[in-house]
Amino acid sequence: MDITVTVNGEPFTLSVQPADVLLETLRSSVGVKSPKVGCERGDCGSCTVLLDGHSVRSCLVLSVETDGQEITTVEGLSDEGLTRLQQTLIDLNSFQCGFCAPGIVLAAAELLEEEPQPTRGDVQTAISGNLCRCTGYEPIIDAVLAAADTAEEPDR
Amino acid sequence: MTIAHEFDYLRPATLEEAVEILAKHSGNVRVLAGGTDLVPWLRDEMIAPDLVVDIKRIEGLDRIDHEGDVVSIGSLVTFTDLLRSDLIATRLPLITEMAGTVGSTGIRNRATLVGNICSAVPSCDAGPVLLAYEAIVEIVGESGFRQIPIDTWFRGPRQTALDRGEIVTKVIVPIPEGRHGAAYPRLSRYRGEDLAQASVAIVITPENHYRVAFGAVAPTPLRAQRIEALLDGRTLDEQLLAGATVLVSEEVSPITDIRSTREYRLRMCEVMLNRGLKAALARLEGNGPPYGTRLM
Repeated sequence: MDITVTVNGEPFTLSVQPADVLLETLRSSVGVKSPKVGCERGDCGSCTVLLDGHSVRSCLVLSVETDGQEITTVEGLSDEGLTRLQQTLIDLNSFQCGFCAPGIVLAAAELLEEEPQPTRGDVQTAISGNLCRCTGYEPIIDAVLAAADTAEEPDR
Repeated sequence: MTIAHEFDYLRPATLEEAVEILAKHSGNVRVLAGGTDLVPWLRDEMIAPDLVVDIKRIEGLDRIDHEGDVVSIGSLVTFTDLLRSDLIATRLPLITEMAGTVGSTGIRNRATLVGNICSAVPSCDAGPVLLAYEAIVEIVGESGFRQIPIDTWFRGPRQTALDRGEIVTKVIVPIPEGRHGAAYPRLSRYRGEDLAQASVAIVITPENHYRVAFGAVAPTPLRAQRIEALLDGRTLDEQLLAGATVLVSEEVSPITDIRSTREYRLRMCEVMLNRGLKAALARLEGNGPPYGTRLM
């Protein structure tokens, strides 16, 4: 069956089977590789995308469900260059291997959209479903807070 | 990475259409709402439907409504919706506290309260909380609507009272009369995303009526009737708490699995009952920790 979706602002008409999962459709049919194949059961967050602005696990969404909806991956977060959040994560050297980065950037972007002045606890909650096996999370949380320009000082 | 099993997919626009599809279909059919259980179950081949009916675009099922002395929660209401609802936070704060413990934001944005009780895994968080609020499940099928009290809803692990051809439309939650204090201590291995190892939902009213329900420590979520009978009408003190604690092992029947041992679950149920009763009482008296504060 055919579905029409917008991926990072660009419209796509895709032919999908009911059993196709959004993660594989994005990677194979659309060619967007930033959502990563991790646990494939919703536990790790590496396949996170924004669906109509809200973070979802693309491994837990059937492609047919998204007909008519808008999907955003890290590539589509801004029209030109990097967002302040992305630049801060780079400046503070927050990631190591980077496998979790697309998911964490999107989860943090959703948080900052809804809560421009988050507390450290807000950031921890927002990225608690995104596993990182390199960093221990602290440099990531510091960067999200720095990007948000909150009054709260990093307290680690 | 693919789902190997093939199935058909339909997305009805109305409840009537959905009921008609279910009535006509003779094979194995599954209703899809948030999909956070259904999709991994399909991938693991735990279920093999030949038809999946996506109810997500049916209008009106995403509503949280206050009607008289009840709040109804439609079958498309997500845990994120519940967390953001002022109505839920003021009238049914135990649901707010519970919603914050489910999965992570990316799961809560998709997973629904009704889906949680339809999946009916023993560790489902909505189960004990809806038991403690004495909720009613509204169902529609070819012969019309019917209502099932939540205490007869859970029939076993992943088994419910839902019959073939039926869809849950909403959960109706009576608002306890007057003020109430409540608490949902929930044990998990780490902060962030994990299923409950054990949980207990508690509601206390000013007249010292107590409702206590456990999750993840029996084949289904369950009301602790012996504990409730002991506590009923009495003011909570250390002696009463000790008496209630003794009854925990008669109420629950935890198992050892990958997430915990039977012994640890049992002991922690006693601890959680104590902490939960104290927190619920403090909240009733207006000086407890805010709802959503981690109690474990």
